[in-house]
Amino acid sequence: MQSMITSDIIADTGDEPLQIAGRALRSRLMVGTGKYRTNEEMVGAIAASGAEVVTVAVRRVDLDRTKEEGILHHLDPREYLLLPNTAGCYTADEAIRYARLARAAGFTDWVKLEVIGDQETLLPDADATLRAARELVADGFTVLAYTNDDLITALRLEDAGCAAVMPLASPIGSGLGLVNPYSVRTIKSRLQVPVIVDAGVGTASDAALTMEQGVDGILMNTAIAEADDAVRMGRAMGLATEAGRLAFLAGRMPRRERAVPSSPRKGMLG
Amino acid sequence: MTAGAIDVQINGEARAVPGGLSVTRLLVHLDLQPRLVVVERNGDILSRDRYDEVEISAGDVLELVHFVGGG
Repeated sequence: MQSMITSDIIADTGDEPLQIAGRALRSRLMVGTGKYRTNEEMVGAIAASGAEVVTVAVRRVDLDRTKEEGILHHLDPREYLLLPNTAGCYTADEAIRYARLARAAGFTDWVKLEVIGDQETLLPDADATLRAARELVADGFTVLAYTNDDLITALRLEDAGCAAVMPLASPIGSGLGLVNPYSVRTIKSRLQVPVIVDAGVGTASDAALTMEQGVDGILMNTAIAEADDAVRMGRAMGLATEAGRLAFLAGRMPRRERAVPSSPRKGMLG
Repeated sequence: MTAGAIDVQINGEARAVPGGLSVTRLLVHLDLQPRLVVVERNGDILSRDRYDEVEISAGDVLELVHFVGGG
């Protein structure tokens, strides 16, 4: 009897699934597939992370190789929602072209829109991202838009019809973690569509801290792929994402500048 | 398939390929799996159900892309 009550209470600590464009996802963590040392490690790390949404890039096939290196040889599109990105694109037209090529592969009309404005920082070009988002939405795409941590741009991307808005934690591949929690919280507080923090987390505590801001999800690649043990880091990131989410839902205790004892002051021996 | 090679551009490089190939047969000729490759021909994306009927012509500019690892 006691154990039944306990398990009922534990069942109540769960969370609603993240929904994007009407699709319920089995994890709030999304992961990339770039920069892994081996395909085996990539497959293991993604499985360990628990992620369902997995990003891929569109590139020319290498005609000089005898064997194809395409990602579909390693990841089953029935098991994962493969989310094509427009990484490496510096103009709206280029990003639109890549998005259309990705859709022609026939797996999804979702796209992670990314238009980069600067080679040094890889920070997004807000204006070009917005123009590409409008055109892709009009063309029937489900657009998840990578953006900076600026509220006004995020609001405009939502107005443009994006299914999710993805502000960065810090620059792509930097591992600097969440540098501006206030901006991310502000964006989350003002948007109706899901807010997925994309890029910049370095380790599990970054993921937990990001999710504790109340955002709907998080997307990462390098933090897992460049860990010494990517499979173990994949698992760590899955746990941290869930831990951060539950901590947000639970509501943290207030911060105090002085100690408050946890054990009673009364009843001490005379 | 007709005899004689034709000159085309594939992924930015000039190539001679056998004349008279459909897109499907070109991809097979290049050791690629048609179901995994997206083809842009002279700036237009070809839907996969046309790979068998569209024939490669001399001077075609082709981009052959697929999904690779990315973030």
